[in-house]
Amino acid sequence: MDFIQTLKIALRALRTNKMRSFLTMLGIIIGIAAVIAMMAVGSGASYVISQQIASIGSNIILVIPGSTTSGGLRTGTGGAQTLSSDDAKAIMTDCPSVAYAAGNVRTSGQIISGNMNWSSVIMGGTPELFEIREWPVVSGRPINQQDEDGAIKVCLLGQTVAENLFGSADPVGNIIRIKKIPFTVIGVLERKGQSPQGQDQDDAVFVPLRTAQRNLVRSQRTGIVGSIIVKAKNEEVINKAESEIQALLNQRHRITNSKEPDFSTRNLSEILAVAEQSAKAMSLLLGAVASISLIVGGIGIMNIMLVSVTERTREIGIRMAIGAKTNDILLQFMTEAVLLTMLGGLIGIALGAGGATIVSRFLGWPTMISIQSITIAFFFSAVVGIFFGFYPARKAAGLNPIDALRYE
Amino acid sequence: MSSVISLTDIRRVFSMGDQQFEALKGVSFDITAGEFVAIMGASGSGKSTSMNILGCLDRPTSGRYLLDGLDVGGMPANQLAEIRNKKLGFVFQGFNLLARTPAVENVELPLVYAGFHAKERRQQALIVMEQVGLAGKENNHPSQLSGGQQQRVAIARALVNHPAVILADEPTGNLDSSTSEEIMNLFSSLNRQGITIIMVTHEHDVAAYAGRQITFKDGRIISDSLTGPARQNGQTA
Ligand SMILES: Nc1ncnc2c1ncn2[C@@H]1O[C@H](COP(=O)(O)OP(=O)(O)OP(=O)(O)O)[C@@H](O)[C@H]1O
Ligand SMILES: [Mg+2]
Repeated sequence: MDFIQTLKIALRALRTNKMRSFLTMLGIIIGIAAVIAMMAVGSGASYVISQQIASIGSNIILVIPGSTTSGGLRTGTGGAQTLSSDDAKAIMTDCPSVAYAAGNVRTSGQIISGNMNWSSVIMGGTPELFEIREWPVVSGRPINQQDEDGAIKVCLLGQTVAENLFGSADPVGNIIRIKKIPFTVIGVLERKGQSPQGQDQDDAVFVPLRTAQRNLVRSQRTGIVGSIIVKAKNEEVINKAESEIQALLNQRHRITNSKEPDFSTRNLSEILAVAEQSAKAMSLLLGAVASISLIVGGIGIMNIMLVSVTERTREIGIRMAIGAKTNDILLQFMTEAVLLTMLGGLIGIALGAGGATIVSRFLGWPTMISIQSITIAFFFSAVVGIFFGFYPARKAAGLNPIDALRYE
Repeated sequence: MSSVISLTDIRRVFSMGDQQFEALKGVSFDITAGEFVAIMGASGSGKSTSMNILGCLDRPTSGRYLLDGLDVGGMPANQLAEIRNKKLGFVFQGFNLLARTPAVENVELPLVYAGFHAKERRQQALIVMEQVGLAGKENNHPSQLSGGQQQRVAIARALVNHPAVILADEPTGNLDSSTSEEIMNLFSSLNRQGITIIMVTHEHDVAAYAGRQITFKDGRIISDSLTGPARQNGQTA
């Protein structure tokens, strides 16, 4: 018997019981849709995290001030003023596994250009900061060592700030006021997007570190930095770099075993890699949970196919009397089951993709539907059909022709 | 002329649990190509049981069955299916057509399993449908046909593969007397064209169309005689 004929017979059988076919398919539709949607949400999340890793820059270690005890009061982590520009310089020169280290300070305030004003984050950083963050300028020039050494009042604008103050005009060469102090705009930074914490990284103004320390932030001592951002030479030495930094700062800050360190280090890439791993694991887990519903759908298919074989015993008998071989009957019922699951699979893929799109539009979750997950889902639906269709089909093919013909 | 069917000491024992029932107790007969044979006998005498064996739907417990010179006895199921497909045509009391399937597709069915292409199937089916007087009813579903017409579809289906023998178990059992007559006239004319027919019936006037009557009683043949007006191509064994 040719394949087209087998397909025709199967389609006719499914059409005969449209409602039942649809309800049977529903299990597969829901299962596949769930798998597709879950995978889309999961891989969307891990995609965003990997983007963020890229946006931070690779092999980054963050050094932040630790808690200090002063007069019985313990400040929280990051609150103390224990790190200095000299610490940053020392890390860069004395730690062999470190490529760059940049001290930076952070404040916020009003920025005015002509009659436009905008409230934004103001970052002071040494020129290395932009190397570490892998963040070039798209117009003008970057902050250089002369700006830093001379504490020159120049600044770089993030894209969001540039747009809000200057619209589409080129800000380079203009004078803006940061906390009422005039600065010359020397460049505009490339668009960076959201940070892992969901902040707009382009909503910031950058000035040389020393300029910021002198003019924009207040501190107990001169040369205090809010944090030091460090780039290790490569991925292999990132842990080594971290312990070199700790050893160096322990020495510089005279930390002994009895004294709690007044700084701490964070391996950012590592944290994000862990987050990415868990997002991937999450998407796998979601997929696994969703595929349970596929199995339930498959059992539904098997159930209905068994009913169908019983109902159509007489038809099977007629076909056998007329010359159908065991394999013809087997193939006929297998085709029916696989057709059911593949049709269900296609509808499920469409629904799952649609659902994922709706989720990303209305809940703002990032979703990503890969060709890979669609292919897997489609094959899986076919496999479910083959697996759960086999037993009923074999039952049909194994019938004795006279018993089947006599069946009422 | 050669025997198209040769049964030698066929026995069929049914076992139900610990009980055994011998439905055929040593049946032997030969049928020559071109014969029209009526099998008669009381209910439960073993007519259908022997038809099932003749139709390769069931296997005898013992005995030898030669169909067209082939020993059917030890054949595997798939080979029997092929024999049913190529050498035999079935007509049943209850028509046994596929519901919700156009008449012409019912007729085509044996050709589907014989592996013919769609175009050739349709061509062959239309020829036999015309032959049995169903021109114009090709696309009716069984439920849109009278009993007599349904039986004609079944006959067309039995004929389409040009079988050696047509086996009909009470083909007029579900039909009124005038429709029965039509169907029997059709059988007669097919037989005149040289087709071998074996038919089970309870009715003497239906049996009268045949040229030979074999009568069963309690699993044995009690009489086997040439009768009736139908043309005889061969002799009884
Ligand atoms: N599958 C079976 N299992 C057990 N006994 C059976 C089976 N098939 C038939 N028989 C028995 O064999 C005997 C012959 O049955 P068969 O169907 O051949 O009768 P029949 O001559 O065709 O009768 P009728 O004219 O009523 O159709 C009956 O007594 C029946 O009960
Ligand atoms: Mg009977």
